[in-house]
Amino acid sequence: MKSAATAPPTRSRARARPAPAADALLPEAFARWFASRGWAPRPHQLALLEAARDRRSSLLIAPTGAGKTLAGFLPSLVSLAERGRGNRGRGLHTLYISPLKALAVDVARNLMAPIEEMGLPIRTETRTGDTSVARRARQRRLPPEILMTTPEQLTLLLSHPDSADLFADLDTIVLDELHALAATKRGDLLALDIARLRKLAPGLRTVGLSATVARPSELRTYLVPQTAPQSRADMADLVLVTGGAKPRIAILELDETMPSVGHTTRYAIGEIYAAIEAHRLCLLFVNTRMQAELLFQDLWRINDLGLPIGLHHGSLEAPQRRKVEAAMAAGTLRAVVATSTLDLGIDWGDVDLVIHVGAPKGASRFIQRIGRSNHRFDEPSQALLVPSNRFEVLECRAAVDAAEAGAQDVTFSRRGALDVLAQHILGTACAGAFDPAELYAEVTSAAPYAELSRATFDRVLGFATDGGYALKTYDRYAKLKAAGDGKLRIAHPRFVQAYRMNAGTIVAAPLIKVRLVGRRAAATRRALAGGRVLGEVDEYFIEQLRPGDAFVLAGEVLRFEGMSESEAFVTRASARDPVVPSYNSGKFPLSTHLAERVRAMLADARQWDRLPPSVADWLRLQEERSAIPGRDELLIETFSRRNCHYLVAYPFEGRLAHQTLGMLLTRRLDRAGAGPLGFVANDYGMALWGLGDISALAEAGKLDFDELFSKDMLGDDLDAWLAESNLMKRTFRQVALIAGLVERRHPGREKTGRQVALSTNLIYDVLRRHDPHHVLLEAAWADAATGLLDIARLGDFLHRIEGRIRHQPLPRLSPLSVPILLEIGKEAVAGFARDDLLREAAAELLLHEALEAKEETQCSS
Amino acid sequence: MLELKPERLAFDDFQDQEISICGKLFRADMSGALYWPSEDALIVADLHLEKGSSLARRGQLVPPYDTRETLQKLAAAIDRYGASTVIALGDSLHDVDACGRIGFEEIEILQIMQEDRDWIWVTGNHDPKVGERLGGNVVTAIEVEGIVLRHEPRPGHVTHEIAGHLHPAAKLSMYGYTLRRPCFVGNGLRLVMPAFGSYAGGLNILESPFEPLFGSDGMHVWMLGQEGLYPVATRLLKED
Repeated sequence: MKSAATAPPTRSRARARPAPAADALLPEAFARWFASRGWAPRPHQLALLEAARDRRSSLLIAPTGAGKTLAGFLPSLVSLAERGRGNRGRGLHTLYISPLKALAVDVARNLMAPIEEMGLPIRTETRTGDTSVARRARQRRLPPEILMTTPEQLTLLLSHPDSADLFADLDTIVLDELHALAATKRGDLLALDIARLRKLAPGLRTVGLSATVARPSELRTYLVPQTAPQSRADMADLVLVTGGAKPRIAILELDETMPSVGHTTRYAIGEIYAAIEAHRLCLLFVNTRMQAELLFQDLWRINDLGLPIGLHHGSLEAPQRRKVEAAMAAGTLRAVVATSTLDLGIDWGDVDLVIHVGAPKGASRFIQRIGRSNHRFDEPSQALLVPSNRFEVLECRAAVDAAEAGAQDVTFSRRGALDVLAQHILGTACAGAFDPAELYAEVTSAAPYAELSRATFDRVLGFATDGGYALKTYDRYAKLKAAGDGKLRIAHPRFVQAYRMNAGTIVAAPLIKVRLVGRRAAATRRALAGGRVLGEVDEYFIEQLRPGDAFVLAGEVLRFEGMSESEAFVTRASARDPVVPSYNSGKFPLSTHLAERVRAMLADARQWDRLPPSVADWLRLQEERSAIPGRDELLIETFSRRNCHYLVAYPFEGRLAHQTLGMLLTRRLDRAGAGPLGFVANDYGMALWGLGDISALAEAGKLDFDELFSKDMLGDDLDAWLAESNLMKRTFRQVALIAGLVERRHPGREKTGRQVALSTNLIYDVLRRHDPHHVLLEAAWADAATGLLDIARLGDFLHRIEGRIRHQPLPRLSPLSVPILLEIGKEAVAGFARDDLLREAAAELLLHEALEAKEETQCSS
Repeated sequence: MLELKPERLAFDDFQDQEISICGKLFRADMSGALYWPSEDALIVADLHLEKGSSLARRGQLVPPYDTRETLQKLAAAIDRYGASTVIALGDSLHDVDACGRIGFEEIEILQIMQEDRDWIWVTGNHDPKVGERLGGNVVTAIEVEGIVLRHEPRPGHVTHEIAGHLHPAAKLSMYGYTLRRPCFVGNGLRLVMPAFGSYAGGLNILESPFEPLFGSDGMHVWMLGQEGLYPVATRLLKED
């Protein structure tokens, strides 16, 4: 909570009026405190005070360093200071919700300064998963005035029968980093919880704090109850702080030829190291944990100066992460390699350069990450972008353009998830009997559920009551029963306990703890136990290892020794070819907005001069040998190579949509007699190959590309594929866990991922067969459509290219196709790093092949 | 119903690469074996069986079972291609006494592999004789469809030849990282195969023994990775 002396421009869009006067809104003690610091209250801070005085909810959108958090709390501090003097009630006044518990703790610490310095009679406490049971119990009995917590803790608090008393005096909710919460299932649950809170404390006011977003109105509706969902959207006031210094962003360029494939950026490791050396503290962002581990290893391999370089990602054990954070704050580190775990607003130290290694995939995320450097409003952020291959160069250029134009791409319009609603209904019942009609009205006042029909609500309620048609016969799914006068109540206390142990919407991939044991202990093999916990890795990954295999975690090379039920045991190893864990999390597809910019750049040859020479040359060769797709065109290339026939398409719609497209095209080409054998996809395009000559089929009129890419592929073909898709089962597993159909945690034990998978797959099959319209299948479908399958985006794409397909039959592969064709096995668990260099070398030869007809060697005899 | 898994399928797959020698097509396997589809024959070079026990006798202790490992790797390659003939291009045994040191279980593995296929041992400098214990036919060289298969490549601009002996290896260097691996090396007219044996070392193809074979006409190089066989441009290669 730093504050700079200069005042940023503020616009209050919702209601145009002159800037409010400070002395009318700010009590004298506060004015003195501001003056003692040499500060003046900023216009947006006053705007929020004014909104509070008028009991209006508001959304504050401001860039990093604008004093956002203090602005959010100022009205509560003023109100509590006055209440303290008047000696009125002492209940919970302000609830602060953050997506990260670390952020809640950080903000609580920062809030202590003004409270202590002004001597305000205000108690501030945090409540997270780490808070002791004794303290949590005391907080329920004797709540502080300001409670800092996470959405999950709020959900748990609301499931207690005494929550009505606890929240009766609640005045304000501050929602920090709202942009990171709103468009997720956590955001759905939080919206329902807030609707509940409004019922308990009718005068409740909300304050949303957010980074810049594409469409503020979506967040504004989130903050206030929807009173007439069918006809209009109610919105909170908008306080918008614009400006701030423009970021200074550079894209790393080397004289060397840019790699055409690969994701390691090893080619630039020397320059990255040099940048670290030249700065005080660098934050190096990568997109996946796997990349984080690799980059960390690579940096230490050349760390001749022994610079203190740390590692921070979600698979590391919490204490280890805390250590890195503390070291950053203390200024003892020179660089930290991080994933999205450091995206959000915690201020861990004086970062003077952000290096984004690999393309950022989305404009908003990129801007957010750049903002981690020079966490001050009026100083420019410094950032360096390091693309890892030629396509990424285009993407990085697009991201820089977007950042300079202040363009955003994250939007939040979404329908509330039905599995979350099922959980909320159970939670409500845990707190006491409820009336379904009243609950329906409450639920539809939450923006994500504003359009929920009563019929759908009743189906979800039906599921919560008895599991639904196909599961009715089982007692364990009958969780609610009639309580008289039309109300429903929980059927058995054990459901309350199960609910509290499993509440929340964060269903991570099943993880296995990794413990480091001594070599001698491992050698005896008798009882592997104990040992320091290094972190967690996917269960899926561990299952593929054999004792003796080496892998990397927490920057160490480890030897897998064996595992117990839920823990893996490792020793230190010195193997030279470690396998790197394939962490699924943190991998985002290329955003629609950036994809559009990339397509535009590609289509406009004048812009190629802004690219490194090797990339521009690559595009020119593509133009010469094949074609460059127009801005809204879809380029399809077909060619044959070594008895195999290829189709390469360049939709630029992100990996997920391309994978779905590949699946569907494969089916269609199979019917067309093209004998497809397989496909690969990356963020930019997809390649498909088979036995039938696709160019010849097209020429003979047996294959029509407009028909092949027609929108009806999202109909029957999609249904048929989904019926047996593993993706769908995986999606259903998450939905089943959130909805409480299956519980992972039971008193005294926890189910492994395998056990959960077994039981959910079974239920999935039963439901598909006997109850195909079950509400959880519907929920899983909705998830898949926006998530893993990206069907919505695929649909938009098919619409965009209607009548705009450009088919280019070729005698051989094209320059542009090489990186896509080589998009191989990178996801394979075993050996990401192992054959990388060889694959890159093979790509060079392929590219060569694309450029010249191969000369046949003549036999001398 | 099509069963496709996007994660598994891949362009070229890199498991094997097509190699042509004087118009004849072969498939070089990532294990270091060479399959000849029209003859249904699998060719391997320099097995160096019992190199482990040989080193051990000279006081250099290395883990045993290299013979078994090599034979199992060979069995896997045979399974992959289902070859009806196997041709071992010499130096199949590490030394003249090696034959007697091979364990019974290993002999059994060999017998099982020989049961329903022709087996030809080409002799090499390490194994001028191949004991009867090992079964199969023993020859000094063999000509099939105009292609000569022999242990030691003839110097000079010889064509129509597949040989071993030199244990070719290549050192790839890109972006400051280097990687040294066994490799196939050829020029479309002749081919030198990598050593198949577990403990066999490698000789950099930029060293002088390769020069009389390929001269300055250029070489094609396929390096053995852990998941595939990769064609590599020679200009990316370095001397040791």
